[in-house]
Amino acid sequence: MPDATKTTAAEAVAETPVAAKVVDGGEASGKPRSLWGDAWRDLRRRPLFVISAALIVVLILVAAFPGLFTDANPESGDLQNHFLEKPNLGHFFQADWFGYDRQGRSIYARVIFGARNSIMVGLGVTILVTAFGGLVGMLAGYFGGFWDSLLSRIVDVFFGIPFLLGAMVVLNAFTDRTAMVIIGALAFLGWTQIARVMRGAVITTKHADYVMAAKALGAGTGRILFRHILPNALAPVIVVATISLGTYIVAESTLSFLGLGFGNDSFSWGSDISDALNDIRNNPHTLIFPAGMLSITVLAFIMMGDAVREALDPKLR
Amino acid sequence: MTITDKTADVPAPRSGEEKSGRLLDVKDLHVEFHTRDGVVKAVNGVNYSVDAGETLAVLGESGSGKSVTAQAIMGILDMPPGKIPQGEILFRGQDMLKMSNEERRKIRGRKIAMIFQDALSSLNPVLSVGYQLGEMFRVHDGLSRKEAKAKSIELMDRVKIPAAKERVNDYPHQFSGGMRQRIMIAMALALEPDLIIADEPTTALDVTVQAQVMDLLAELQREYNMGLILITHDLGVVADVADKIAVMYAGRIVETAPVHELYKRPAHPYTRGLLDSIPRLDQKGHELYAIKGLPPNLLKIPSGCAFNPRCPKATDICRTEVPPLVPVTEQDGAELVGRGSACHFWKETIHG
Amino acid sequence: MGRYVARRLLQMIPVFIGTTLLIFLMVNVLPGDPVRALWGDKPPDPAQVAQIKHDRGLDLPLWEQYLHYMKGLLQGDFGKTIAGNRPIIDEIKQAFPVSARLAIMAWTFELVVGIALGVLAGVKRGRFIDNTVTLFTLLVISVPIFVFGLALQMVFGNELGWVTPTVQDSENFGELMLPALVLGLVGLAYVARLTRTAIAENRQADYMRTAVAKGLPRQRIITRHLLRNSLIPVVTYLGTDIGTLMGGAVITEGIFNVTGVGNLLFDALGDREGAVIVGIVTVLVLVYLLASLIVDLLYAVLDPRIRYA
Repeated sequence: MPDATKTTAAEAVAETPVAAKVVDGGEASGKPRSLWGDAWRDLRRRPLFVISAALIVVLILVAAFPGLFTDANPESGDLQNHFLEKPNLGHFFQADWFGYDRQGRSIYARVIFGARNSIMVGLGVTILVTAFGGLVGMLAGYFGGFWDSLLSRIVDVFFGIPFLLGAMVVLNAFTDRTAMVIIGALAFLGWTQIARVMRGAVITTKHADYVMAAKALGAGTGRILFRHILPNALAPVIVVATISLGTYIVAESTLSFLGLGFGNDSFSWGSDISDALNDIRNNPHTLIFPAGMLSITVLAFIMMGDAVREALDPKLR
Repeated sequence: MTITDKTADVPAPRSGEEKSGRLLDVKDLHVEFHTRDGVVKAVNGVNYSVDAGETLAVLGESGSGKSVTAQAIMGILDMPPGKIPQGEILFRGQDMLKMSNEERRKIRGRKIAMIFQDALSSLNPVLSVGYQLGEMFRVHDGLSRKEAKAKSIELMDRVKIPAAKERVNDYPHQFSGGMRQRIMIAMALALEPDLIIADEPTTALDVTVQAQVMDLLAELQREYNMGLILITHDLGVVADVADKIAVMYAGRIVETAPVHELYKRPAHPYTRGLLDSIPRLDQKGHELYAIKGLPPNLLKIPSGCAFNPRCPKATDICRTEVPPLVPVTEQDGAELVGRGSACHFWKETIHG
Repeated sequence: MGRYVARRLLQMIPVFIGTTLLIFLMVNVLPGDPVRALWGDKPPDPAQVAQIKHDRGLDLPLWEQYLHYMKGLLQGDFGKTIAGNRPIIDEIKQAFPVSARLAIMAWTFELVVGIALGVLAGVKRGRFIDNTVTLFTLLVISVPIFVFGLALQMVFGNELGWVTPTVQDSENFGELMLPALVLGLVGLAYVARLTRTAIAENRQADYMRTAVAKGLPRQRIITRHLLRNSLIPVVTYLGTDIGTLMGGAVITEGIFNVTGVGNLLFDALGDREGAVIVGIVTVLVLVYLLASLIVDLLYAVLDPRIRYA
């Protein structure tokens, strides 16, 4: 409501739920929208989001039910008949689609079975990191003081150690590197990033007028934290989490490539790429398919994060 | 104020103000924004003019199109999404909409300058005020860095910023709100333009500072004999400084009048509503009047008179026919110079 | 400002101690025995193992080991390798300049190409060039660096023969070109994205409207007003990235056979030479801390609203 028509404050509030949205000459809309509703409407129209979401759904299906996509055995090969056989690009979804590696194993089957470990690590680390880092960041940001300083110093300490280097040191100590071990190692080194983002978002949010209003109305700490602050501080955390899911997958494959991740007895695109090193000059297909699959997977999550970020940030519209 | 010369020009927007020598003449201007929700019709046929030394106040709520019109004049609309499908903006008789970008750029700042509402965000936070003021002289007059700085100090003195010499290298955030607005004014005045557009120049300021800034602006305007378009939603600011008023609603001018006549006898129910909603000392204890309803959605402007859903006097014709801006006369038909109203029932409103 | 720097330097001490302690614990608490590793697959002689451990102070409680280590560090003594008993400082002195050279070249790529692409995309937001740059950065971030490294090595080194596939002489800038490009690619993409976002945001700012209203030429608006504001976050990224580039070159150095820090570290991991790892991380942390101090100071120069508080 413009100043020219001065009413009492209460009336103005009651009368003009959407007045704030009506900008001079700009977009004016009849129905009130929430940030999330708006973001969702925006997202559905972005080709980037639609493509990445479809890709992610397929990848998750592949990870959960690899048997649906191939009946070839990824573990044992036929050295006599299939040693480094070239791909048959016309044979869709068949064992020889992507050719065979130097152990005569179907690369297509290995690529399909490799999805599970990558996605499991990516999702696992992201969930752990978001839950733990998010909680610590929220508490530090909200309560401030000693705990906040302590957290900030701890975050500084972790930032001083390069992520990959730290992961190498930790994983080097384990001989049996299961998915749990890898997830744990990456989460141990990665939680500070989310904590920092969450802390920043909470500090910005806690001084917002609506939080002050909730306090003034006598809301308890828990209610303020989870009903008022968290939903509003979540946006940057979700964006960072989605994008870092992709980078955790990269980290896992890099570690496997270096021989510090999944070993030969389990499936990993990274270690397959490492195995392909001997053959890349004459048999580039041993590298291209696992590398391509890995890149597409990471790309899907990073595109998704990008799309979500642009949808949630009104400044970028 | 009774004028009996019946042969005098009718103050209709089109015919009457065709006389050459107008500083600025906006004719039938339309502006729309193409958004993903549809076409926002922000300005729908605005006509107004300003002479040298004259102050036009453009009054209206948020979304009335008053700022968009100003931005169109200034040439700072974002296009796209903005579009000007129709209309002319004549500056000294030349249509600026037909000029090249470079021609328009040379008019900006030099001939027409603008003062923005929020000086803090409108000044570049990482450049010193001296640099930002001096930029005007360096770009338009080709002065050296040193000369430009001397000129900047002079300018700051002129807008009464204390200790200008010491403060010229300070940054915008180091000044108070009132001082920052003075810097904005100084920047607009730098090249002594012919026309200044002030978009709510005092809205962000304390009431006491508001008066100081307005006085300064009025004083400088007299001194340089500039035209001034004052965009505001505050009827209080207008009364002291403006010569004439144009009231805008939903992208149209609904009433024009010399300033004091408007206060005495509004000829449009919307203007009346605005006037009635000013708190008055002599009506203490009464409930304050408010225009009911909300400003219209510019995506779906109501048919007929855009004000009809909020108008206490609306009848069927108001819902079907768009009222044109017609000259307002006395009851006996005597002309009222400069007055016009876009209401089917202006007679009842002003005389009844 | 002097006082601010002094305070920041003081604040670095706990972070430095914390980081070294963390890496020290990570190296020593986790399973794996460097002394036993000397024997390889053969069964070690328990008496000899105990003797070596005693000589090197490895049988002391961990906190005592850490104190010993820090004491030595203050005197510039990084300890000695378990196999060969060589001073670790010598190995670090040999490897660091190589990595630093590589890192600085990669960093220059990030700075020049990254900012240029970002500005181009940001100014032409929504157009063809913007979409191209965005797609390029997405690809670069998604394709793991070892895939890029191997692919570029194969194409430019083996197939086209433009460069030697592996680096023979680590002082030859021409040979370091390709590894530096590979190392800088991801950072370059991030710089381009950051610049683009900052420019896209700042373009909407009120002061940009003012700059247009002042009648400034487009060129000047972009360089003096838009870029000046948009580069602030980019500077932060670039500043902290120099440390990451030095420590994060394990893959690149491995692929192109550059004998830098990454290589040294990888070997040390294989040999379980904990002291070498701690030494390398210690130097990297110092680089990181100094870089972030410089960034903070630069930040205050670039953005007058920030005060040394």
